[in-house]
Amino acid sequence: MSGAEALRRYHAPVWDEPIIMEMGREGERGIIVPRVEEEIRRAVGEAESHIPAKMRRKNPPKIPELSQPQVLRHYLRLSQQTLGMEFDIDIGVGTCTMKYSPKVNEELAGKIAEIHPLQDEDTIQGILEIVYRFGHVFLKEISGMDEFSFQPGGGSAAAHNNACMIRKYHEVNGELKQRNEIITTIFSHPCDAACPATAGFKLVTLYPDEETGLPSTEALKAAVSENTAGLFITNPEDTGIFNPEIDEWTKIVHEAGGLCSYDQANANAILGITRAREAGFDMCFFNLHKTFSSPHGSSGPACGAVCVTEELASFLPVPVVVYDGERYRLDYDRPHSIGRVRGFLGNVQVVLRSYAWAMSMGAEGLREVAEVSMINNNYLEKKLLEVPGVTKPYGTERRVDQIRYSLEKLKRETGLGIEDVNRRVVDFGIQSFFTSHHPWIVPEPFTPEPCETYSKADIDYWAQVLHHVCEEAYSNPEILKTAPHNSTVSRINSEPLDDPERWAMTWRAYLRKRRGVRI
Amino acid sequence: MIKKSFVHPYIPNSVPEVKMEMLEEIGARDADELYAEMIPERLRLRRAMDLPEPLPSEHELKRHVEGILSRNMTCSEYLNFRGAGCWQHYVPSVCDEIAGRSEFLTAYAGGAYSDLGRFQAFFEFQSLMGELVGMEVSGLPTYDWGSSAGNAIRMASRISGRGEVIVPRIISPERLSIIENYCQPKAMPDHIDFNYVDYDPETGKLDLEDLKGKISRKTAGVYFENPSYIGVIEENGREISEIAHDSGAESIVGVDPISLGVLAPPAEYGADIVCGEIQPLGIHMHCGGGLGGFIASRDEERYVGEYPLRLISVTDTERSGEYGFGQCRFERTSYIGRDQAKDWVGTATALWAVVAAVYLSLMGPEGMREVGEVIIQKSQYAAKRLSEIEGVEIPFSGFFKEFLVNFDDAGKKVSEINRALLDHKIFGGKDLTGEFPELGSSALYCVTEVRAREDIEKLAAAVEEVLR
Repeated sequence: MSGAEALRRYHAPVWDEPIIMEMGREGERGIIVPRVEEEIRRAVGEAESHIPAKMRRKNPPKIPELSQPQVLRHYLRLSQQTLGMEFDIDIGVGTCTMKYSPKVNEELAGKIAEIHPLQDEDTIQGILEIVYRFGHVFLKEISGMDEFSFQPGGGSAAAHNNACMIRKYHEVNGELKQRNEIITTIFSHPCDAACPATAGFKLVTLYPDEETGLPSTEALKAAVSENTAGLFITNPEDTGIFNPEIDEWTKIVHEAGGLCSYDQANANAILGITRAREAGFDMCFFNLHKTFSSPHGSSGPACGAVCVTEELASFLPVPVVVYDGERYRLDYDRPHSIGRVRGFLGNVQVVLRSYAWAMSMGAEGLREVAEVSMINNNYLEKKLLEVPGVTKPYGTERRVDQIRYSLEKLKRETGLGIEDVNRRVVDFGIQSFFTSHHPWIVPEPFTPEPCETYSKADIDYWAQVLHHVCEEAYSNPEILKTAPHNSTVSRINSEPLDDPERWAMTWRAYLRKRRGVRI
Repeated sequence: MIKKSFVHPYIPNSVPEVKMEMLEEIGARDADELYAEMIPERLRLRRAMDLPEPLPSEHELKRHVEGILSRNMTCSEYLNFRGAGCWQHYVPSVCDEIAGRSEFLTAYAGGAYSDLGRFQAFFEFQSLMGELVGMEVSGLPTYDWGSSAGNAIRMASRISGRGEVIVPRIISPERLSIIENYCQPKAMPDHIDFNYVDYDPETGKLDLEDLKGKISRKTAGVYFENPSYIGVIEENGREISEIAHDSGAESIVGVDPISLGVLAPPAEYGADIVCGEIQPLGIHMHCGGGLGGFIASRDEERYVGEYPLRLISVTDTERSGEYGFGQCRFERTSYIGRDQAKDWVGTATALWAVVAAVYLSLMGPEGMREVGEVIIQKSQYAAKRLSEIEGVEIPFSGFFKEFLVNFDDAGKKVSEINRALLDHKIFGGKDLTGEFPELGSSALYCVTEVRAREDIEKLAAAVEEVLR
């Protein structure tokens, strides 16, 4: 590759850090608890006297005793052994939109840390205004929808919320017994199948046409019936393919009497380009920890922001933040509300960060986010299709935010596939790739998403690492087979993970099973 | 043509020349040309979005947002006595330090070869929670107490093959609503029926006779909380578990883990599945954004196999003595099983697992015992001081952290009292009026280790003044 930067030498930190449970020494203290004043002690006596004898803890929990510097050092070391997004070119974790989370927004989020969610409305007007404005100013324009809820604590939680709303809708109409099927597609996120299933629906999953990579509209027509409760679909799908007949799909489902929920987890490259409203959806959700820059937090706290049309606003979980022109209020008067899906108002610190991010962008900036992400993706494609062993399944040429590639050719020709590549890329300080959710319709899959955070040089470098690793698969397969070499850890034995005799989710289980010690 | 440039500090390739270079390589004139190949014209938004003027200057943005946030009052400026599912505890600085580490803050879905530290921290969280509650299995956290209880009840239903759960009649209505959404309406195939068990009006504890009358061979589980929604320590945990087990039902206990330095671990009184809220363990309230739930159980296949959560297991590696980590029975989860999975799992509150692990490591067994004792003494003292005020009554005495304050004889509604307390810069207890009519005009007060005697005296004086 011409003009390529030399691959960097990288080695992950290796601290050989023990498990915290085996650290410290009896009597050490990490923090001192506030004292009880003498007057209080005199007035109420010992705490024990207020605990019924049957409910007193007899043996202290066997948690470690450590001084403060030792606790801090341990967790700092563990943090160093974690490749956060801010340390690497995190293009490989596609569908997750690993974008930059501005530091200033962390500072702003900190300002609501000491607010109690049940404070009187008059004392939380600031955060209520942020929540209201993020919905009614930003998401309203971005989605075309009318009302909003930020209660769900993640994307899957939002899919669960939408399944509950659709369930309630059919219940109110007296059709729930009959309308017991939800239609989804295999390249929609698994939550679009799992959440309706948990809500009690049967799932009908449509598979892609070999040529286009999308299920055909005919397949949808054949799937709908008087049992159809709704459609849960991601678009663009995880293949990066945008379903160009999506408005036809929502029409078909509506005509059959179902509702349509749009999973906008992959919305980063369509902000200001195309909207849930024009596609005919009744509801949608955005992952604020993906598209709207709130940090992923090692997997939450997050927010699945739900947007619905006016017609479904009465089904939203309560309370809903409303504005009467003077003050912001919590509205509980939603006659068909599904009640609650999470305590209080949701992760409002996530909404606050997203509001700040969107305010820094404005209309033009958000569109720039979309366009650059899309261009980055198409540019990366050019680079990756030059990599030996990489193919792009399905005939649909243009992809939006990401592409699901395959290493099937590499596997066929070298015997090494995505799992080997994934173990090797970490040797270069590159986060291991997101492959695909199951089942692997695309064999040996990987799904890079070069969102707007990454520079052209970043994309070139990332492609160069993959190029190097795939070439190694042909020229020096042993180095992949024995990878990782520069990681914190050597090859992990996965066999015990599924073996009841050996798995251990806690230290006490580990001691019992592996060291024969009983606590 | 290069269009008007909008170079944004978060978007390196917004530099027009760079974008042109990339477009050239792609073989396209501009973004529009590419979008036209993906998204049909009729679905394209053919106008600029109508949004406020952006604030790309970091300083201006900060000023704007801080301006809005200045309309908030916080529990740093006001004395807070509100809890009811989100509680003001002391957050050690080391917890904040680790919560803000960009490695943990910005990681997401990487594997153990790149993120071993994160996996180890999760395993430590599970291990520490296991010690607190006396169980050998725990997983990554859920969204909150309500969702963990919903998950736990569905686990019990699948394990027992039964479709009814018994829950206390006195339970947070919010939490109950979350649980109900997990349990499906009657028309659905896996619907779980609710049966409510009464409480003893003298003590606030569960009415065991009522429970015996309601439990049957249809009952999948008995769900109860310790302390209860209104703070009462449920001393009959063992009896409740035995009644559940006698009918072949699971005993499911919801706990506030900060009580477990002084209260018995649920496993000791017969719990099969334990759930609860981890926010008290070193996590700020964040206006409700600090919530996170947990689930724990015995290490038996029939429990492990029913968890919807990610369960991190320790394992070994090629190098002798080295710890490795991975996902136990990952095929259970919706990431693999889709609609055939054990319910669903998704991005929830993993960062709070790391913080809770830090918190418990700092506290140690002594710290957990002390904080439990301090909370009991201070909350008892607050109850005592309030009960000395005419017209104020504390109906139930054996509580942890929260207690009911009845104002039936005070001549003022709780809402009026709370409004008046605001003038004293006090957030009074949560108004329970209407939630449980028989409790009358009551508020749920919360007193934790952060309240000094001085704060409690200030509260008592203010309530006295308001009622005068």
